[in-house]
Amino acid sequence: MTDSINTAKAAAAAASYRPPRNQWWDVWDQFRTHKGAMFGMCVFVLLIALVALGPWLWDVSATQTNMRMRNKPMSWEFPLGTDQLGRDILARVIAGGKTTLAVGLTAMCLSITLGATIGICAGFFRRADNILMRVTDLFLALPLLPLLLLMVMLFREPLVQSFGPELGIFLLIVTAIAMTSWMNTARIVRGEVLTIKEREFVLAARSIGTPARRIILRHILPSVLSPVMVAATLGIANAVITESALSFLGLGFPPDFPTWGRLLQDGMPYINLYPSRVLWPALALSSLVLSVNYIGDGLRDALDPRIRGR
Amino acid sequence: MSEQRPVTAQKPLVEVNGLKMYFPIHAGVLRRHVGDVKAVDDVSFTIYEGETLGLVGESGCGKSTCGRAVLRLYDPTAGSIRIDGQEIGTLSQSQLRPKRPLMQMVFQDPQASLNARMSVAAIISEPLDEHTKMSRDEKLARVYELMDAVGLNRDFANRYPHEFSGGQRQRIGIARALALNPKFIVCDEPIAALDVSIQAQVVNLLEDLQEKLGLTYLFISHDLSMVRHICDRVAVMYLGRIVELASRDTLYDAPLHPYTEALLSAVPEADPDAIGGKQRIILQGDVPSPANPPKGCNFCTRCPKVMEICKTVKPALKEHQPGHFAACHLLEDGTAARQ
Repeated sequence: MTDSINTAKAAAAAASYRPPRNQWWDVWDQFRTHKGAMFGMCVFVLLIALVALGPWLWDVSATQTNMRMRNKPMSWEFPLGTDQLGRDILARVIAGGKTTLAVGLTAMCLSITLGATIGICAGFFRRADNILMRVTDLFLALPLLPLLLLMVMLFREPLVQSFGPELGIFLLIVTAIAMTSWMNTARIVRGEVLTIKEREFVLAARSIGTPARRIILRHILPSVLSPVMVAATLGIANAVITESALSFLGLGFPPDFPTWGRLLQDGMPYINLYPSRVLWPALALSSLVLSVNYIGDGLRDALDPRIRGR
Repeated sequence: MSEQRPVTAQKPLVEVNGLKMYFPIHAGVLRRHVGDVKAVDDVSFTIYEGETLGLVGESGCGKSTCGRAVLRLYDPTAGSIRIDGQEIGTLSQSQLRPKRPLMQMVFQDPQASLNARMSVAAIISEPLDEHTKMSRDEKLARVYELMDAVGLNRDFANRYPHEFSGGQRQRIGIARALALNPKFIVCDEPIAALDVSIQAQVVNLLEDLQEKLGLTYLFISHDLSMVRHICDRVAVMYLGRIVELASRDTLYDAPLHPYTEALLSAVPEADPDAIGGKQRIILQGDVPSPANPPKGCNFCTRCPKVMEICKTVKPALKEHQPGHFAACHLLEDGTAARQ
């Protein structure tokens, strides 16, 4: 006991009242100690770098067909081989990564924001609870594919006309995926908010006179962050898979437009003859999902002061 | 603390009149309103500036609800609450906000009442963020000042609540309550979750702060010996109503209400011989449900001295001696009716 007091005094004297540090430095310090998270971060940065800088490093068209060079194995000329139309797979993986990363991350962010907002409103404001959760149930009960079909049918043309084919379809797909995947987040968040808002520290904030919006931002949102993180990492994988399913059905990006999901779909029939055609996009996709998962894991630990310090 | 202050000469700071806090019960398919849990039923009391009013009673008698309703953490069903001459019972929450710095609360469970994700500095400066326009440095200076006032090392400002012991956490809670220089603090069982050695420290801290800052406390507790130590006047609650209200010494030496007698006789004594042959009054039965209190006196189902009239007519809280209020039919013909 006395030892601990003495060490505490010594530490206090040594530090001599350092001013409160920005909390985010503590978060970063803890995040750095999480090996998995740092590894995931490296992989994630590498993937982004590959996609962003790839076209300069590997200056080969992703859509150029060459019938004489069909189904070639890995070689110096084609590092990852070619597909059934003689297109270079490395170039296609690089080009596909751009779309996949953009769609996956944007759709995930949108879906998480939507889900968390609805979940928090439903959990915190009693009056909104019933109607918001019934809307959530409604969306859960809707059959996904017909709904997506309908959205694409209705909005594809106007969007393509006003934003151009690439951006238009991107917006459409991202919104469609976000609109159909926010419900689970909303339910999880609502449940969490219902328990947190009854805790005494929320009552304490109210006794101080903190208005509802700041109670939500300061006390509720940070506490529901960990389930949101988990939902977010799963959301990326989900978005990528939905996007490839849509493209496969001919509702997403045009067939010659490479995405990782699309490359997988294309390679599937040839998996017995040329397994490497599936291997590379699948590897890229898995490392994306896994790296985001680890980053989320590290972030969740770093944001919780009870785990931090350990 | 020891000298008896002339109560009547002081200015009332908090006046609660006819406070009722009912929680509606909805039942059936249509969620119809079928009744109320009468957590606080027609409670009136006055707290004078600089004094400590103790609110005691057994679990579930409405002490905490009463304390929270006084601070408008609940919207009371009826009654008026005046703090420093301003009626706050009917204000909306947004109108109430500028009045919040006047009145603060210290909570029972220091673990639950501090946000585990905020550092001590952030917790203590939350009221400053809400109600003042101080610069960052001014806030930090104020936080250090408050940490000194409650006896926390300044270096703890960067730490998080889970790194502290229960007593230290409660000090953080007290520092937060003091941040805006309130006049009135509701202490909602601030020591119930602490162990005995820490209880004394926290209570002494509360006393010191009262002396230095001229605070007024509503001290909610079920620990009668602690209440005797810190309070100037004590109100005893039973099933949502105040049954007796008197200055500390009068209440402990000469209780008028049978429930107070029973409650006081249950206080553990360090020296069993000191009580002599005095028998403990052991109440039979359980507290009735606050959703369905007895028709007459709330205590009539368990009172050892129950009479016929108790079962039909609710006794009113009347002043039987100067400053000594009680609600009991036994006292209606003056105190002579008691044995």
